[in-house]
Parts: sequence; structure tokens; C-alpha cells
Amino acid sequence: MFEAIAFYLFAALTIVMFTITVMTSQALYAITAMAAGMIFISAFFFILGADFLGAIQIIVYTGAVMALYAFGMMFFDTTRDVVEKRTNPQIVFVLGVLAAVMVVAIFVAPIVSNNIQALYPIQEGVGNSQAVGMVLFTKYLVPFELAAVMLLVSMIGGIILAGKKMDKSLTLMAEEDISTMDDGFEPQAGGH
Amino acid sequence: MDVAFIIETIVKIVVILLIFSALAGLGTYFERKVLAFMQRRLGPMHVGPFGLLQVAADGIKLFTKEDIIPQNVVKPIFKIAPVITAATAFMASAAIPFWPQFTVFGYTVHPIVADINVGILYVLGVMAIGLYGPLLGGMASANKWSLISAARSAAIFISYEVISGLSLLAPLMMVGSLSLIDINNYQAGGIGNWIVWSQPVAFILFWIAAFAETGRTPFHLVANDHEIIDGFGTEYSGMRWGLFFIGEYANMFFISFVIAIIFLGGFGDGTIAGAIQLLLKVAFFFFFFLWTRAAWPDVRPDQLMWLCWKVLMPIAVINIVITGIVMMF
Repeated sequence: MFEAIAFYLFAALTIVMFTITVMTSQALYAITAMAAGMIFISAFFFILGADFLGAIQIIVYTGAVMALYAFGMMFFDTTRDVVEKRTNPQIVFVLGVLAAVMVVAIFVAPIVSNNIQALYPIQEGVGNSQAVGMVLFTKYLVPFELAAVMLLVSMIGGIILAGKKMDKSLTLMAEEDISTMDDGFEPQAGGH
Repeated sequence: MDVAFIIETIVKIVVILLIFSALAGLGTYFERKVLAFMQRRLGPMHVGPFGLLQVAADGIKLFTKEDIIPQNVVKPIFKIAPVITAATAFMASAAIPFWPQFTVFGYTVHPIVADINVGILYVLGVMAIGLYGPLLGGMASANKWSLISAARSAAIFISYEVISGLSLLAPLMMVGSLSLIDINNYQAGGIGNWIVWSQPVAFILFWIAAFAETGRTPFHLVANDHEIIDGFGTEYSGMRWGLFFIGEYANMFFISFVIAIIFLGGFGDGTIAGAIQLLLKVAFFFFFFLWTRAAWPDVRPDQLMWLCWKVLMPIAVINIVITGIVMMF
């Protein structure tokens, strides 16, 4: 009974939150609703007994959405509505509906044709995180390593893009040095 | 699911809420007294014996003050931000074992609300959501100082979550479990089995990160003291402002429990002596938060980033690699 109540409660909350994310024209509402929705999704993992995935869902998305807030702060005045430029609403509408139909089709097709099977047997007597580890380092080892390499590449790319003139610090420089400095300077603290 | 379990859980939740709300209030009193002692002042003196009723006076003041919502703020976000800080602090406590299990009238009580097998991940993850409070409060206020403070809180959060996660990895590799009770039982053999002896580097790193996660003084950049105003809290008044503090102090207590359980043996073998030891360790870590505030100035934001990414993170990674090598051979 508790599972059913919790499921319907969090299902409704998640749908409401993501509807707000899509519908609102306020950047702060959109990002906050998205963070809330992502955290509410973790409830489904907890209901299913997948504690590890639930906790990971919370940790990963709080950090990820926090980075979105940083972008929101840089690009918008978050206390005002964002005025969107809609040159051709019909095309936006058609493309949006097409994309939604495609996503639904992608997820429904395997269910309708009964092609979803659990290929990997459930390990008896091991905890949640051990089970995830076993699947990750046996069956999905190659995708896991590929993801690791991709993350490493993006990390190096980020450091190279942000790391220009990292040896200088605006805070430690004299006032006249800053005013005579050339353009395109990126201070040390901004690059993390 | 039987009725006894439901009643027990509700009672535990209510008890934890009451005890730690009260402790959060008393925490402000301890902080003022300790700071006063270290700065050769008297601190709160006039309300009640030794100023003890100052807590009640402050509470009455905060509850009865007018709740001002300034112009131009984003109202729903502005209103919910303090609630996020306070609520997530208490939600995080659900997976913390506060006391070894004991028997009352033939009924065994486990003083932990939910013994999930990923306890430490859950505690740190939910505690991290608490930092949305300062961030949202600052961004929803139509005030540039609040916004700057929100930006700092985001920067601290993104940086120091890396440190707390990486520093914990090494002890967790040794224990082989994410449950706080398993971590405690791993060290049940006595003072020689404490993880702090085998992982001193991880202990120091996690302790430093705890200061950043709770926003305490060397890293108290969310409410920057040298801008004279109160950072993200500038536009808040009354109980909404107070909720930020209940969250902050509750977080200090909970992170003290986490440090004591992971590195310093927790409640040991589960006897009363071990339980009292746990409370003493927690008291020490809480006192250390106050001690640091009296003794050290805040660091600059760029020093904070330098410390995180160029010093602490490499040390944490090297610590993990060395632990892995030692465990393999």
C-alpha cells in the first residue's frame, strides 16, 4: 500500500515539475523545477529497492543542475522572464510534436513486441552496489571504459579551453597592471 | 509491513526532529559562549542563568517577527529556499545511526530511521541538496550581493563535493560497504582498529571538506563577512532567516556524527560506554567548528579554488591509488 501511495505521489510530482520546466518562461523556475524533478525520480529507485541507483541519481543530478544554475546566472537576469524570439511558431510546434512521438515510439516499441528480457541473472546474496559493480565490470565493461575515456578527453579539453594565462591571478595583480593588460584575459578563479 | 514498525519509525523521526531542532537552537548558544570565551568576552549573560534562556528569547523573536517578502524577488523560490536547507538537513539524518541498538521493555530499538545499504552515499547526497538553499535564496533575491553569494555557494559546492567524495573512497574501499553500520562494525575492535590510523590523509581531507559542505568559517564565503552584509540572507527576515541557521547547525551535528562514525570508530562495540564515546567525539567535532571560527579568518574565493583543485584533489586521488595498490598486494 505504501509503495502504491509513494509511487503515485512521486509520479504526479515528477510530471508536474517537468511540465513547469518546459512551460515556464522564467529561467529560475525552469532550473529549480528540473532539479526537483530529478530528485523526485530517485524516489522510484528507492521504491524498487535500488538504493544505490537512487542515491547516485540524487548526487549526480544535484551537481549537474548546480552547474546549470551557474550558466543561468551568467546568461539571464534570473528574476525576470526570458523573452523568447519566436519567428515561426508552426515549425517549432510540428518539430516538437514529431520529436515527442519519436521518443514515445522508441520506448514503446520493445515493450509492445515483448523484446525486453533480463539477460543477466540476479546475483543472490549480494547488496545493491555490489550487483551494479558486477554488471558494470563484466557485461558493460567496454561501454564503461569508453565513457571513462570520453570523460577524460572532455576534461583535458575543458582545462585547455579555460586554462589560458592561468599562471596570472587578477586578485594578486596591481591595479595599473590590470588596466594595461591585453584583452581576452581569463582570471584564475573563473576557470574551474 | 506491521503496525509496530510504522509506529516505531514515526516515533524515531519525531524524536530526531525534536532533539536536533533543540540542539540547533542550543548550538547558537554554544557558539556565542565559545566565541566569547576565546575572544575574552562574556557572551549572552542577561536572559536566564548564564544566558541560557537567550535561545528561547531568540526563538520567540524569530517566530514573531514579520515575514517580509521584498519587492522584485521571485516569490515561490524565495519562500521555499530556507525550507530546502532545513528539511534536507533532517532528511539526511535518516541514514545516520545515532546510538547503538538497545532494548527497552523487551523491545529492541535501532536508533536509525532507515538502515539502507548505501547509507553514506545517501547522507552526503541529501546533505548536498541543502546547499540549494543559499543558492536559490541568493538567486531569487533582487540583490546583487545575494547573487554573488549564490555564485560562491555554487562554486564551493561543485568543488568540494569532489573532495568529500574522493576522500571517502579510500576508507570505503577498505570496508567494502557503504552502510554506516557496517563501517562502524568494521572498527568495533577498539581504538587500534579505527580507520583514522590507516587513512589519516582521507580523514583530514574529509574534515576540510566538511567545513566547506556546512559553510563554516574558513570557507564561510556564502555569507561573506567582509562585505559586511549577510550574503544570500540579506533580504530574509524572521523565521525564514532562522530556518537557514537551523539547517546549518543541524548539518554541523550530522556531519560530526558522520566523521566520528567513519573515521573514529563510531559507537564501537555497541555498549553504553561506546555510545557515550560517540557523543563525546561528536561534541569534540562540533566544538572544533566553533574553535576554527574563533581562530581563523575566511580564505579568499580564489584561494579556496586553488586549495580544492590544485592541492586537495590530487592528494585525494593519490591516496586512492596508494590504498588500491596496498590492498591488492
